[in-house]
Amino acid sequence: MTAATELTVEGLSIRFGGLTAVESMSFEVKEGEVLSLIGPNGAGKTSAFNAITGYVAAAGGSIVYRGTSLIGLKPNEIATLGVVRTFQKTSVFTGQTVLDNVLIGLHLRSRQRPIAILLGLPSVAREERQLAEEARAILRFVGLDARAGEVASSLPYGELRLLEVAVALAAKPRLLLLDEPVSGMNPAETASFMKLLAQIRGLGITVFLVEHDMKMVMGVSDRIICLNYGRIIASGSPAEIQRNPEVVRAYLGERYARAQG
Amino acid sequence: MRLVTLAWLAFLFSIPLWMSDLYVLHVLIMTGIFIIAAMSLNLLLGYTGQLSLGHVAFFGIGAYVSSLASLGFEAHLLPGVLVKMEPKPVWLGMLCAVTIAGLCGWVIGRISFKVRGAYFVIVTVSFAEVIRLVALNWVELTQGPMALNNIPALRLGTPELFELSFLRKPANYYLVLVVAVLSYILIRRLVQSRAGRAMIALRENEPLATSVGVDVTKYLVLATMVSAAMAGAAGAIYAHYVRIVDPDVFLFIYTVTMVIMVVTGGKGTLAGPVVGGLIFGLLPEILRAAEIKPEVQWVIYGVLMVLVVYFLPEGIVPAVRNWRRRHHEPATAAAPPASIEPAR
Amino acid sequence: MRGEGSTEVGGLRRGAQPAYAGPIFTHLRCAGGRENAAPSFDLKRSVEQLLQHCLNALILGGTYALLGIGLTLIFGIMRVVNFTHGELYSFGAYAMYMWVMVSGVNFFVALPLAILLGVLLGAAIEFLLLRRLRGADIDTTMLVMIGAWIALQNIEQLSWSGVAKSIDSPFPASPLVLGPVSVSWNRLFVFVVALALIAATYALINRTKLGKAMRATFQDRETAALMGVQINSIYTATFALGSGLAAAAGALLGPVFVVYPTMGDLASLKAFAIVILGGLGSIPGATIGGFILAFMEELGAGYVSSGYRDAMGFLLIIIILLVKPTGLFAQKERIG
Repeated sequence: MTAATELTVEGLSIRFGGLTAVESMSFEVKEGEVLSLIGPNGAGKTSAFNAITGYVAAAGGSIVYRGTSLIGLKPNEIATLGVVRTFQKTSVFTGQTVLDNVLIGLHLRSRQRPIAILLGLPSVAREERQLAEEARAILRFVGLDARAGEVASSLPYGELRLLEVAVALAAKPRLLLLDEPVSGMNPAETASFMKLLAQIRGLGITVFLVEHDMKMVMGVSDRIICLNYGRIIASGSPAEIQRNPEVVRAYLGERYARAQG
Repeated sequence: MRLVTLAWLAFLFSIPLWMSDLYVLHVLIMTGIFIIAAMSLNLLLGYTGQLSLGHVAFFGIGAYVSSLASLGFEAHLLPGVLVKMEPKPVWLGMLCAVTIAGLCGWVIGRISFKVRGAYFVIVTVSFAEVIRLVALNWVELTQGPMALNNIPALRLGTPELFELSFLRKPANYYLVLVVAVLSYILIRRLVQSRAGRAMIALRENEPLATSVGVDVTKYLVLATMVSAAMAGAAGAIYAHYVRIVDPDVFLFIYTVTMVIMVVTGGKGTLAGPVVGGLIFGLLPEILRAAEIKPEVQWVIYGVLMVLVVYFLPEGIVPAVRNWRRRHHEPATAAAPPASIEPAR
Repeated sequence: MRGEGSTEVGGLRRGAQPAYAGPIFTHLRCAGGRENAAPSFDLKRSVEQLLQHCLNALILGGTYALLGIGLTLIFGIMRVVNFTHGELYSFGAYAMYMWVMVSGVNFFVALPLAILLGVLLGAAIEFLLLRRLRGADIDTTMLVMIGAWIALQNIEQLSWSGVAKSIDSPFPASPLVLGPVSVSWNRLFVFVVALALIAATYALINRTKLGKAMRATFQDRETAALMGVQINSIYTATFALGSGLAAAAGALLGPVFVVYPTMGDLASLKAFAIVILGGLGSIPGATIGGFILAFMEELGAGYVSSGYRDAMGFLLIIIILLVKPTGLFAQKERIG
C-alpha cells in the first residue's frame, strides 16, 4: 500500500526567544492514514501543530501540503487549503448555540458575498437554510444533534470536546489535526471518541493526532512518531513504537523524574 | 411576532398624524438620529467586540461632507492646489457623505487590522481627535469654529413636477424613521449571515475563527465600513435637519453617549441600541422637565453607566429575554429548540 | 443638538465655559516660545528658535512623562484602561486652587497636599469601583471607568462651575533668560518637581518592598498571589500611585495655565498616546514616550502649524501602531 503524501515536513525548527521547541524535524503524513505524534510534556508536539497551521512562525525548514508551501501563510489561508486543527485547551464559541458554532465552522462552505447579504437576495436565504441543514447533519455525525439549540457554555466537558471536532469538520478538512482531543474525557467517552475517529477516517479525512492517552493512540494509529526535547526519537507502527527502547526510556525517564521531584 | 413588529411600525408612523407638539417631534427626530448612530456602533462594539471610541468621527464626517457638497466650497488642498465644487443637490451630498464616511471606515479598518482591544480603542480615539482638529483648523473649508451655516434642507424631486421638501418636522421625522428602519434591516441581514457569524467568531474566539478559515481582518474591515457609512448617514441627516454644523459635532462626549446607549440596551443584540437610544434620548427631556441641571443629568448618566455594568452587564434586552425565558420555561420546555435563528 | 438651529448638540451641556470655545484644551500648550516667523532666512535666528522649541519640549515632556507613567502603571499591573486619569489630573489642579486661592495655604505646602488628595481619590475609586470587578474583562472595567469619568467631571463642574480659574503662583513673572533662550520660573519649577517625582516613582518600583510586589503582580498575578502578595492592596496602591502622579501633573500645571472641568479630557487622550507610544505597561517607555510626544508637538507646532499641535500625538499613534503595534518598548504581549 503506497498512499500519496499529503503533508511533508522537512527540517522544521521552532524557537521561542532562545529556547528551541522543535529542532530539525522531518516527517510525512500519508493520505488517508491516522498518524499520531506522542512524547512527554514539553516535547514540542503542540508547537509543531502550531507551525503547520500557521499560528507560530517556523525558524527554519519547510512545510508543504499537497505541493503548496504553508510557510508564511495565515491560519485562515491554511484552513482554506483543507488543513484544519483543534486546540489543546477546549476552544469553542462559548456564547453561541451549538448549531451556531457549527454554522461558523461552515464559513468556508458558504458563498454569500457582503453585497448579496446587504441586498437580502433570495440566494442568501436559500443558502442559509442549506447551511443549517448541513450543520445539523454534522451535529448528527458527532452525536450532538439533541443539543443544537443549547448555548455551548452549558454543555458538559465531553460534549464540548465533540463540539470542537464538529466545528473543525464543518470547515471541510482533508487533513484534520487534533490536539489532545480526549484529554479529560472518562474511559467511556474516550471509547466512543475512538469510534467517531474511525467514522471520520471513513469520510476519507487524514488524521494527524497529538495525544497522551496511549490506549487511544495505540488503538487508532497507523503510524506513530515519538518526540522528545524537540527531536524525533522514533517512528513506526504502534507495535514497533511499543517495543522501542528510546521511547520507553523517554516515558520511563519522565515518570522517574516525576517520582523523584 | 411579525404582527407585533407591524403594530409598532404603524404606531411609529402614525405619531406625526396626532402629535401636534413640534417640540416632541424634534426630540423624537434627535433621538432617532442618535439611535441610527448607536445601531451602527453596535455593529462594531456588539458584534465584532471592538470598541470604537472615535465613532463620532464618522458621524461628523457625514455631517460635514454632506453640508459642504450641498453648499459648495473652494479650498486649497495643498498650497497652490485649489479644489472647487459647485453646490450639489442635497440627496447627492448625502450619498457622498455615506460613501466617504464608509471609505474612512475602510481605512480605519485597514489600519487597525492587527490591533485589537485597547489598541483599537486608541486608534479610533486618535482618528476622531485628528478629524476634529482638521475641522477646527481648516477654516477655508469648514469655517472652523464659525460653523457651516444655512445648510439647505433635503428636497427630492423637482419644483415643476413634484417636490418633497424636508423643511418641516413631520417630514424629517419620517426621513429619520425610514433610515432607522432601513439601518435596522441592513444590520439584521448582516449579523444573521455568514458575515455576521464571522464577526461574532472574531469577538468570541479569534484563534478558533481563523482555524476554520475565517479571514477576521476582512470582516472587521467590512464591519467598520458598514458601521461608518451608517454613522455618516446619521450625520448627514443631522446636518440637513439642524442646518448648522460646527466642530463640536466631533466632541468625544457624543461617542460616549452612543456607547452608553449600546451598553445599556444590550450590545450584540438587534434591539439593544434602539432601547438604549430611546432611554438616553428621552431621559434628558424628562430630567429637563424635572428642572434638573445638565451637569446633574450627566452625573446621573455616569452613575447609571456604572450601575448598568454592575447589575445588568449584558444590558437590558438580554436581561429581559432571560427573565422571560425563566418565567416561561415550564411552558416551553417540552417544545423542541426549533429556532435556528442565531440566538444572542 | 436640542435647540434647533443652535449649535447645542445632543442635550449635552455647553455653557459659557472656555472649555468648549475655540481651539479646545489649549491649556496643555507650552507658553514659552517666541514665535515670530523670520521674514527672510536667518541662520542665527533659526538656531535660536530651534533651541527654544527644544527647551520648551523638554520642559513639557516632564509633565507628559508624569501623566504617562501613572497611566501605564495602572494598565500594566491592573489591566485597566483608566479613563478617570484625566479627571485626576484636573482634580489635582482644582485641589491646588482650593488650597491656594480659597484656603490661602502656602503654595509649596498646597502642592503635596493636592497630590495627597489625588492619591486618596485614586484609592477611593479603586476601592469603590474596581475591587468588585476583579477578573472582569478589559472592556467591562473600561466602561465603568468611562462612567466614573463622566460623573466626576460633572461633579467638578457643579462644584466649581465651568468658569476657568487661575491660581496665583509665587514665582517672578519675568522669565529666566539663558543666552538665546528663556523659560519661565514657574515652568522650570514644574519641570524639576516632575523629574523628582519620576525619580521617586522609579525608586519606589525598583527599591521598595511594595515596588517588588507590584513588579511581581505585573509579571504574573496568580503566582504573585500564591507567593503571599496581597493582590487587593497592591491594586489599591497602584491605582492610588498612578492617580497621585496624574494629580501631581495637574497641580503643577494648574498654576501655569487656567483650571477648568474639562481640562482633563485632552490630558487623558495624550496620556493614552504616550502609553501606546512607549508600549502598554512599560514605565521607561512612558517616560521616553512623554518626551517624544512633547518634542513632536513642539516642533510640529513650531514648523508645521500650531493648530495641529494636538494632532501630532495622534498621528504618531496611528503610525506607531502601523509599524510596531506593541509600542516602542513593550516587553509583554499585546493586550486585547
